[in-house]
Amino acid sequence: MPSAKLRLLAASTLAALVSWGCAGTGGGMAAKSSTGIPLGTSGPHAVQPLPDKPRFGQPISENELLAWNIDIRAPDGQGLPAGRGTVAEGKKLYDAKCLACHGEDAKGGSVYGTMVGGVGSFVKGPRVLTPGSMYPYAPILFDYIRRAMPMDRPQSLSANDVYGLSAYLLHLNGLIPADATLDANSITRVMMPNRNGFLVDDRPDTNAARCMTNCK
Amino acid sequence: MGRMIDVPSDRGSRPGPASTGELNGVLKSRREFLARGMAVAGGAAATGSALAAPLEIPPAAREMGRPIPEAMYGMPSKFEAHVARRRTDVLKNRQNWSDWSMTPLQHQPGIITPNGLVFERHHAGTPDIDPKTHRLAIHGMVRQPLQFTVDDLMRYPSVSRFHFHECSGNGLTDWLKPASVTVQQTHGLLSGVLWTGVPLSTLMEEAGIDPRGTWVLLEGADGAGHTRSVPMEKVLDDSLIAYAMNGEALRPENGYPVRAVIPGWEGNVSVKWLRRIKVGDQPWHFRSETARYTDPMPEGKWRQFSMVMECKSVITSPSGGQQLKGRGFHEVTGLAWSGVGKIRAVDVSFDGGRNWREAVVEGPVMDKSLTRFKIGWNWDGAPAVLMSRAVDSTGYVQPSVEDVKKSRAIMGFVQHHNAIQPWSVNEKGEVRNAIGQA
Ligand code: HEC
Repeated sequence: MPSAKLRLLAASTLAALVSWGCAGTGGGMAAKSSTGIPLGTSGPHAVQPLPDKPRFGQPISENELLAWNIDIRAPDGQGLPAGRGTVAEGKKLYDAKCLACHGEDAKGGSVYGTMVGGVGSFVKGPRVLTPGSMYPYAPILFDYIRRAMPMDRPQSLSANDVYGLSAYLLHLNGLIPADATLDANSITRVMMPNRNGFLVDDRPDTNAARCMTNCK
Repeated sequence: MGRMIDVPSDRGSRPGPASTGELNGVLKSRREFLARGMAVAGGAAATGSALAAPLEIPPAAREMGRPIPEAMYGMPSKFEAHVARRRTDVLKNRQNWSDWSMTPLQHQPGIITPNGLVFERHHAGTPDIDPKTHRLAIHGMVRQPLQFTVDDLMRYPSVSRFHFHECSGNGLTDWLKPASVTVQQTHGLLSGVLWTGVPLSTLMEEAGIDPRGTWVLLEGADGAGHTRSVPMEKVLDDSLIAYAMNGEALRPENGYPVRAVIPGWEGNVSVKWLRRIKVGDQPWHFRSETARYTDPMPEGKWRQFSMVMECKSVITSPSGGQQLKGRGFHEVTGLAWSGVGKIRAVDVSFDGGRNWREAVVEGPVMDKSLTRFKIGWNWDGAPAVLMSRAVDSTGYVQPSVEDVKKSRAIMGFVQHHNAIQPWSVNEKGEVRNAIGQA
């Protein structure tokens, strides 16, 4: 009995090694994804062999998934819908649907802190995190507002509404002029101050020793 | 009930060092203990003196208990009502939809967190999703986009695995000086769960991954549509679609009816109420992986895609806000875990990190799972500073805050805090958070 179990474990480890090349070998966080993200290591997992490959998924077309397919790939704006909105239209919508929680001119309200400013606050601190100071790409704002805001009625806004609201918030952050109009093309071109503010995970970044006596 | 005198915050008062009300609470229960202790333990002590009065037959032995109802979900004893998840009392949010509540680790023996105590972190509250209407879709760079009902998912060969679950923000408030009183507040965004579900690789294989598909988007069906990008390697390695936890269906606040489980990685990539998986050839850079869940670094930079939860440990008893029940023997115990493997060893120091002793690591010791450690301690009544330090199977040694400070910026929303947690004990046996002071 134990030997059968062992064989199963060994087989799945081997399978993991063959197909992913990085699993089960130890070595700290040395295992990295093809894009350089530390993956950690993985122990062997007993997974039942699937000789008959049960298949229970029902085919579905991309067309049937249209209403769900709302993600936007922020760096190049892939997935941004048609439509457009101006700063002025955005302000009107903001005052009606967002101000109660986010406050006048998005400077902070009953429920959430400021959504403007903070650029230049990261070096000395305190770091002020707003869409203007933090987002590396402007389409993140579109993606987030469309899926999650207004918090009390998410996914209720049209594409035009979201372009307008994004334009208004970007304008309040001094990143586009008062007469700007945003669409799929122009929102992708807005230069965000924190564009180069990110480093890819490079941990482990500590090298503590296991000292046992007289350590301090 | 407990090996320590009650934690004030367990009684619902806001914890904070020695406000009069809390102090009274502690003293009161201490008096109670002493009174009870005289009657019960006192007589059993080595003095051998006779008991003042013999033990009485307890009331429960003189009456019928509650009958068995026809059907009922069992609940803990009413005397354990103080053991509850609690919201943060340090970083108070102005609303409680995008908020979190924490596991009372000071009350958890073993390595499994009961489902009603598994920590929560949501971005738009807890949805109530009907499993009959819920659908999970896999699409994007796949041969055949697919949809699954929850029943479909349950028909696949299942796996069950123990894993720790930890929020990247666990320890958020306590780096340089104490802000939290209890271990629930310092480390309670941590739980141990036996997840049951389907390996994600099974479903991905069925949809047929385009060889250029290197990243996967996971999206929730909640009001936040919470979304993360995860590298394909991790998805195919040990990730699950889970529908059960600790022997029952997922709780609504933990993702009912289905969620992703990405073992050993920061909790919020294990997207709850999972509705959509999309395959792509690069990450999406959502708000949740740029503006949030990134680590402040020197020179105003941010570390991104820092998803592994590194090796860490904490003493849960005795821990902040508790009080030792007198001198003599105490079992010092806590939890250790690592997102990159198993726990190899845990050392405990009683003198603020000068000298260390290896604790007993209690099995089972499992990959990316909570692991229990224990060590006996005879308290002589003198002030002490207790701390634990874990080593994982890769040889990585849990760092101190000083070690971490060398590479990361400790300011604001610091994430992935895996540094050593000291607890100080004074002459009265009161235990306090000593972060930044030892
Ligand atoms: C019911 C209160 C409420 C309303 C109404 C509301 N929001 Fe929010 N908003 C929040 C909360 C709370 C958060 C933080 C959520 C989180 O981080 O999980 C937030 C976050 C945001 C953010 C992210 C800010 C950042 O720094 O990354 C944006 C952008 C935003 N809201 C835009 C809007 C817009 C536009 C509207 C109106 C259409 C709106 N909100 C309406 C409560 C609200």
